Amino acid sequence: MVTDMLQNFKQSIVVSLWFVFLTFPLMVVRVNTMNQEVIWRWMNMVWVAIGAFVLSYLWRYMLSRQQMRKQVADEGGEIRSRMQILLEDMSFRYRAMGFILLAALVFPLVFDTYQSTIMISALIYVVLGLGLNITVGLAGLLDLGYVAFFGVGAYSYALLNHHFDLGFWVTLPIGGIIGCLFGIVLGFPILRLRGDYLAIVTLGFGMIFKVVMENWDGLSFGPSGIANIDRPNFFGMDLSLANSTIYIYYIMIALVIFTILVTNRLKNSRIGRAWIAMREDEIACVAMGIDIARTKLSAYALGAFWAGMVGVLFASKTTFINPASFTFMESAIILSIVVLGGMGSILGVIIGAFFLILLPEYMRAFSEYRMLAFGAAMVLMMIFRPQGIISNLRQTYEYKGSKEKIDNG
Amino acid sequence: MADNKHKLLEVKGLTMDFGGLRAVDSVTLEVHEGDIAALIGPNGAGKTTFFNCITGIYNPTKGDVLLHPKGQKTRRLNGLKPNKVTEMGLARTFQNIRLFPDMTVLENVMIGRHCRTNSGIFRAIIKGKGVQEEERQIVESSYQLLEKVGLADFANEFSKNLPYGAQRRLEIARAMATDPFLLLLDEPAAGMNPQETADLEQLICKISDEEEMAILLIEHDMKLVMNISDPIYVMEYGKKIAEGSPQEIKDNPKVIEAYLGEETDA
Ligand SMILES: Nc1ncnc2c1ncn2[C@@H]1O[C@H](COP(=O)(O)OP(=O)(O)O)[C@@H](O)[C@H]1O
Ligand SMILES: [Mg+2]
Repeated sequence: MVTDMLQNFKQSIVVSLWFVFLTFPLMVVRVNTMNQEVIWRWMNMVWVAIGAFVLSYLWRYMLSRQQMRKQVADEGGEIRSRMQILLEDMSFRYRAMGFILLAALVFPLVFDTYQSTIMISALIYVVLGLGLNITVGLAGLLDLGYVAFFGVGAYSYALLNHHFDLGFWVTLPIGGIIGCLFGIVLGFPILRLRGDYLAIVTLGFGMIFKVVMENWDGLSFGPSGIANIDRPNFFGMDLSLANSTIYIYYIMIALVIFTILVTNRLKNSRIGRAWIAMREDEIACVAMGIDIARTKLSAYALGAFWAGMVGVLFASKTTFINPASFTFMESAIILSIVVLGGMGSILGVIIGAFFLILLPEYMRAFSEYRMLAFGAAMVLMMIFRPQGIISNLRQTYEYKGSKEKIDNG
Repeated sequence: MADNKHKLLEVKGLTMDFGGLRAVDSVTLEVHEGDIAALIGPNGAGKTTFFNCITGIYNPTKGDVLLHPKGQKTRRLNGLKPNKVTEMGLARTFQNIRLFPDMTVLENVMIGRHCRTNSGIFRAIIKGKGVQEEERQIVESSYQLLEKVGLADFANEFSKNLPYGAQRRLEIARAMATDPFLLLLDEPAAGMNPQETADLEQLICKISDEEEMAILLIEHDMKLVMNISDPIYVMEYGKKIAEGSPQEIKDNPKVIEAYLGEETDA
């Protein structure tokens, strides 16, 4: 342990010296061409040295801790983190859920419209994350074009509202079902694909959706989009902007709860187990009598369903949509939410969504570095917690009684 | 002795080509009800490929695979998808263990029940009485299978955390969960120590006695094979070179040359 630390210390010093050397011409030497003189900024060198040392030491410390955990795990020791042990405690879970629900319900009453709007977009991503979690997290099918289903839902509402004056509540399930159908449409051609090929085709699907929407003026009004989409009305009443935001916020909360309930049930059902088995080993899965084609299609369709539904809500919230809202970037963010949160974990995905959506929102000052921070966070995550924030918690089953049966028999 | 028993699996002239390589060459084989049949042969003889052909993982180049369940009409298995073959009543384990590592031991077995149950997406969401009862039955029968193979204490562990021998037994339980007429075991004792192998031998005999399942196993452990299986089929270079009772196989000069001879060389 101590030798470890010494080792880390030494290596960090080497790294820091190396960095000082590398950045010397950039950070320290500065030539002022006007006066033809060289300015030596020695302070910068000190900062680089300290910074590189601290980062390098931290890095090594984390890695060695990781290594130690792994050793403990290999020797069959306790590997569940404190978080996991806490989560397995049912009464804690219920209390936490109650508290969060209460906080969620009073939120728009305490904070202003702006905060509620931000919260709504975070909740939208929660639902998107939970939907994609079915396809990617549970069934293990990569989908880089997920935003297309979101767009399908949004356009369904926008168009149905524009042409036929259909209301929000009628279109909500319709949007979901249309999303579902598109999921199946995407599912068929890629049933036999795996890995890289799957990534390329789903990516293409997302792109195609956007390109079609941009160019098919007759259907989608092209890049200028569709405006004046109705907000959800409250039992026939039209609400003011502020009230309507609060209303949408509560709809969103209800939708999130609905999504959690349904995905949780699915996860621990016959079909959910088939999804996970397919993710784990496709050949073993098919050899156990599971129809892979049906299982894949259902995973795509159910994943797309949520995107379609929440797309309807998105259109009604912004009252204006155009293809620019449905770029690959969105798909990438949703996918990151799932990966960051922990593949297949509902709680993880929710935390991931809040983390990835709220953080940039509240750190607008750093918004230029958003992608940089995003990338760095992903890399760090893959190294230190490849299983995501919350790792795989499986349903446990109790069964008593067959012992006696065996004894008798 | 096999004559008066009901013929369960009939494979006729099965051939499998990979490009120019004939991995299985017109192999004919029968498994009767209640049998523990064995398929042996040196590495690369085509035994696993033979299993893959009859379970639908590969589509055989030539030949017929017929299943005759007792009291039901004959089913032709070649050309079917693997999941259909399993539904028809053939279940298998894999030579290189293929469990679902991030699922619990119990869930692994529960997957086997998938093709014998039928609640779909909507019923799973609504989770009415019928589904709850079905789930309860899945858990119950899976648990009983775990008890049978001696893994009930590990029911809620991740299957990847099981020791090697236990993983092999779990694969057997998972295959049994599909209610097969015939259980195909691909080298179930590979990598086991002598104690585990002895336990496995007992387990296989127990399954054969208690369940209505015939067993066809590929195995390299000659002691295990000679102890429990009859008939024994021997393959070499894709061809079947011998078949018969353990004594006949032991005395067959071709087998001694091809298989046992090779072993003493090694
Ligand atoms: N998918 C495949 N493609 C090409 N050759 C294969 C394939 N599977 C097996 N083989 C070849 O078939 C032969 C038989 O292999 P296998 O059935 O695994 O033998 P065994 O199980 O008897 O040890 C080997 O020569 C192997 O290389
Ligand atoms: Mg083999």
